Amino acid sequence: MSTSAPPPIAEPVESGPPTGRRSPTALLRRVWRDPGGRIGIVLMVLMILLALLGVSGLLPHGPIDQAPQDRLQGPSGRYWFGTDQFGRDIAARTFAGIFTSLRVSVVSVLAAAVIGTFLGVLAGFLGGWVDQVIGRLIDILFAFPAILLALALVSALGSGWVNTAIAITVVYAPIFARVARGPTLSVAGSEYIRAGRVLGIPTSRLLLRHVLPNVAAPIVVQVTLALSWAILTESALSFLGLGTQAPDASLGLMVSDARNLVSTAWWTLVFPAAAIVLLVIGLNLLGDGLRSALDPRQTSGTRPRRQRLTGTRGRTS
Amino acid sequence: MIEVRDLVKHYRTRGRGTVHALDGVSFSVGRGETLGLVGESGCGKSTAARLLVQLERPTSGQILLDGRDLLAGGHRSRSGRGRRRSRTIQLVFQDPYASLDPRQRVGDALGEVLTVHRLVSDAAGRRRRIGELLEMVGLPAGTADRYPHQLSGGQRQRIGIARALAVEPAVLVLDEALSALDVSVRAEVMNLLARLRRELGLTYIFISHDLGMVRHIADRIAVMYLGQVVEIGSWDTVSDAPAHPYTAALNSAVPVADPVVEAARPALTVRGEVPDAARPPGGCRFHPRCPLAQPICSSVNPALEPFGPAGTGHRVSCHVVESAQRPASDLLLAHRQEHSGE
Repeated sequence: MSTSAPPPIAEPVESGPPTGRRSPTALLRRVWRDPGGRIGIVLMVLMILLALLGVSGLLPHGPIDQAPQDRLQGPSGRYWFGTDQFGRDIAARTFAGIFTSLRVSVVSVLAAAVIGTFLGVLAGFLGGWVDQVIGRLIDILFAFPAILLALALVSALGSGWVNTAIAITVVYAPIFARVARGPTLSVAGSEYIRAGRVLGIPTSRLLLRHVLPNVAAPIVVQVTLALSWAILTESALSFLGLGTQAPDASLGLMVSDARNLVSTAWWTLVFPAAAIVLLVIGLNLLGDGLRSALDPRQTSGTRPRRQRLTGTRGRTS
Repeated sequence: MIEVRDLVKHYRTRGRGTVHALDGVSFSVGRGETLGLVGESGCGKSTAARLLVQLERPTSGQILLDGRDLLAGGHRSRSGRGRRRSRTIQLVFQDPYASLDPRQRVGDALGEVLTVHRLVSDAAGRRRRIGELLEMVGLPAGTADRYPHQLSGGQRQRIGIARALAVEPAVLVLDEALSALDVSVRAEVMNLLARLRRELGLTYIFISHDLGMVRHIADRIAVMYLGQVVEIGSWDTVSDAPAHPYTAALNSAVPVADPVVEAARPALTVRGEVPDAARPPGGCRFHPRCPLAQPICSSVNPALEPFGPAGTGHRVSCHVVESAQRPASDLLLAHRQEHSGE
C-alpha cells in the first residue's frame, strides 16, 4: 500500500465533437464493450453490493459484535472470512470497511471535483490575475506530498470520516483545477465562445452551457482515477490511526490491526487487503474504460494506445 | 450609418514591441450599402472586424452608429441598452465549423440566442422563429435537430448567417465568411447574401483577401495595407482602374477566366512579404515593395486624398499617383515598358 506515492493526473482526454446523443447509458454501454472496462464495471457493482450488505444489518454478525469465545477462527461456514482477536466477523467488518472507504472517497472526490473544476474553469476562462492567483494557490498545495498534507490536515481537524473527507478534498481539488484549466483554455479561445460573446450571450451562460460540457470528458475520467487514490489515502490515514477510529470498521484499520497476527491468522490481513486491491483495480479499469469511451479518436475506428498512468505528480499542463 | 473615425489598435507583445494592427483607419458605410475590405493577411482586416463587433476595444478612435458612439459609456454593459447595441452589428465568422459549439444542436444554437435576447415569448414561438431563420438561409426545418458535424461546410456557414440574423441586426460583418468554402458553394452563399441584403435591407462589411470575390458583392471597396486604408472608392473604379500601386498588384493577381485575355494581361504583382507590423517601415508603408517608389515615399506617409473626378468619393494615399494624377495601373505599365526596353 504505497500511499506515499503521489496521486495521478489523468492522461489528457481530447474533448472532441460528440457522436450523436451521449446519454449516461450509452456511455456505459461503450465502456462495457471494452474488456477492461467490463471488468471494472463488474468489480465496482460487486463492491457496492458488498458495501450495502455490510451496512444493511442482514449479515448474521454485525461489524462490531464481539464473540470472545470465537477469537481468531479461520474462515468457515459460520465465519466466512474468519474472526479477529476480539472474535469479530472479518467478513462483516470488511464489507462495512468497503462502505466506509467508498463513502469517504465518493464524498471527498465529488467535493474536490466540484471545487477544483470551478477554480480551474474560472482560471482558464478569465485568465489574467485570476489565473495567476489560482495557479499559485495550486502550486502551494502541490508542493506538499499528498499523504503528508492529508496527515497534517487530519491531525489539525481531528479524526472521523468527515474530517478525512475534508482532508482528501483539499489534496485533490488542485488536481481537478489543473485538469480543468487546460481544456478550458483551448475552449475559451475557440471561435464558438467568441461567437457567443458577439451574440451577446452572458458570460455565466457561456461558462455553464458551452465551456463546462466541452471540458467534462477529462474530468469524468479524473473522477474515477481520483476515487481509487482516495481509497488508498483513506486506508493509509486509518492505517496510521488518524482516519476511522476503532471500533468502527475500516479497511486500513483492519490491516493495521492484523500486522501482528499475520503469521498466525492470515485471514485477518488477506481479506481487507484484498478488498482494497479490488476497489483500486476496479476503479482504475473503469477509469481506463471511460477514457477510451470518451475519446473521440476511438469513433474513427482507431483504438487509442493504452497509455500507462503516470505515477509522478508532474507539473504537466 | 456606420462611420469609423481614425481607428487605432495597438497590441503590446512580449519581445516584439507594439504591433500596430490598425493605424488610423477611417471609412463609412451607408445603410443598405456593402463595403468590401480587402488586403493581405496581417493588414488589419480582422482586427477591424473584432473592433466593429466590440470583441475588443480600440486603442483610440471612434465607431459611430447613426451618429452615436458605440464605445461611449464604458465597456459593453450588461444593461438592456448595451445588449441591444451589441445586437446591431453582427459577425459571421470565417470558419463555420469552429464558430459553432460542437455539442449543441443547430436548433438549440439558434434558440439560445433568441432566448437570451428575449426575442420569443414561448416554446412554440421559438420553434416557429427557428424554422423561419432556417428557411431564410435556405435550409430545411429538419436541420434544427442536427449537430454541426453532421452538416457540410456550406450548410454550417448558412447556420452561422442564420444565427447572426437571429438577433435582427442592421449590419453584418462578414470576416472571410466565404473563404473556407468550395467555389461552387461559395457562389450559392454569395447569392444568399445578396438576397438577404435585398430582403432585409442589411448593410454589409465584407472582409476578404480576394479582390475578385469582393468586387462581385461590394458597392465600394476599401483596400488596406499594414493597418491603413490606402485606397477607397466605388467597386468598379477600384477594381478596374486601381489608383494605388498595391491595389493594382492585388487586381492583377485576380485571374481572368478567358485564357487569351489572361495571357495578354501584364503581371503587376509585387515582390516580397508584408513587413512586420511591429516594425512598420517609415514613410509610406508600401514603399519597400513598391516599383514606383520615389525618395519622398520613404520619409513621408501620404494622406488619403481625393483622386480623379470630384464627387466620386475615390481616395488614394500615394505620393506618386497624386502628383502624376494618373492611376497606378497606367504608371506601372509605363514603368514596366521603360525597364524592359533597357
